[in-house]
Amino acid sequence: MKNATDTTHSGPTVAPPGDLAIWFFILAELLAFGVFFAAYAFGRAHNVALFNEMQQTLDRQAGAFNTVLLITGSWCVARAVEAVERSRSATGARWLAAGILCGGGFLVVKGFEYAAKFGAGINLSTNTFYMFYLSLTFFHFMHVILGMVILVALWWKTRQGVYGPGNMNGIESGAAYWHMVDLVWIVLFPLVYVMR
Amino acid sequence: MMNTRQLNFVWVVLMLATLATYAIGEVGEQLGIVGPLAMAALLVISFVKGRLVALDFMGLRGVKFFWRGLLIGWLLLVSALIALAYWIALQ
Repeated sequence: MKNATDTTHSGPTVAPPGDLAIWFFILAELLAFGVFFAAYAFGRAHNVALFNEMQQTLDRQAGAFNTVLLITGSWCVARAVEAVERSRSATGARWLAAGILCGGGFLVVKGFEYAAKFGAGINLSTNTFYMFYLSLTFFHFMHVILGMVILVALWWKTRQGVYGPGNMNGIESGAAYWHMVDLVWIVLFPLVYVMR
Repeated sequence: MMNTRQLNFVWVVLMLATLATYAIGEVGEQLGIVGPLAMAALLVISFVKGRLVALDFMGLRGVKFFWRGLLIGWLLLVSALIALAYWIALQ
C-alpha cells in the first residue's frame, strides 16, 4: 500500500485499511454468501410451511449466543488493531488472544448444535431446510476456522512486535477478514434462526 | 480513525441489537411483531449492525465512498432479495 505509513490519526484515508488484495477477497466471499442467502430465501418461498416448522427445531439460544461471541470477537480484534496502532503490542496481543477465544467458543457451541442434530439422525438429505441449514452454516463454520488461523498468526507476530504504526498492513488485513466472518453471521442468524 | 470509546460504544449497540433480534424470535408473537413486520424489523436491525461493523470495526468510516458503498450496497442488496423472497412467499 502506498499509504501504509500514513495510518496515523490524520484525516480520512482514501484506501481501506490493510492490503487491497484482502478487500477483493472479502468482496468475493460476500458475493458467495449473498448468493447462498438469496438461495435460502427463495428456497423458503417455495416451502414456507416446511421452513417455518423446521426452524422451530433449531437452537435459537445457541445461535444468539454465537452472535454475541462473534461480535465480541470482532470488537476484541478491533481493539487489538487500535492498541497496535498506538505502539502497544503486548496489549494488542492480549486483545487478539481474546478474539481467538471468542472464535473458539463459537466453534464449540456450533459443534454442540451439529452433534445434537446429527444425533437426532438429521443430515443433508433430511429435507430442503436442513440441506440449506447444514451447508450454509458449515460454509460459514469453515470461514470461522480460517479466520482463527489468521488470528493466531497475527497474535504470534504481534507478540513479537512485528506490527506497529507504519507497519499496520498485515494486522489490518487479517482483522478485516475476521470482521467479514462476523458481518456474514449478522445476516445469517436472523435469516435462518428467527425470520418466519 | 478508530478510538477506544467509539469501539466500545459500537460493541454495546451491537449487543443491544442482538438482544432485539433474539427477543423478536422469543416474544415477538406476544408483542404483535410477527409476519412482514417482524421480517422488516429483523432486516433493519441486521442492516444497522452490519453497517456499524463495516464502518467502525472494519474501519471504513473515513475511507473513500466507493469501498463503503460496496459493503453497504451488499447489505442492501441481500436485504432486498430476502424481502422480495419473503413477499413472494406471502402471495
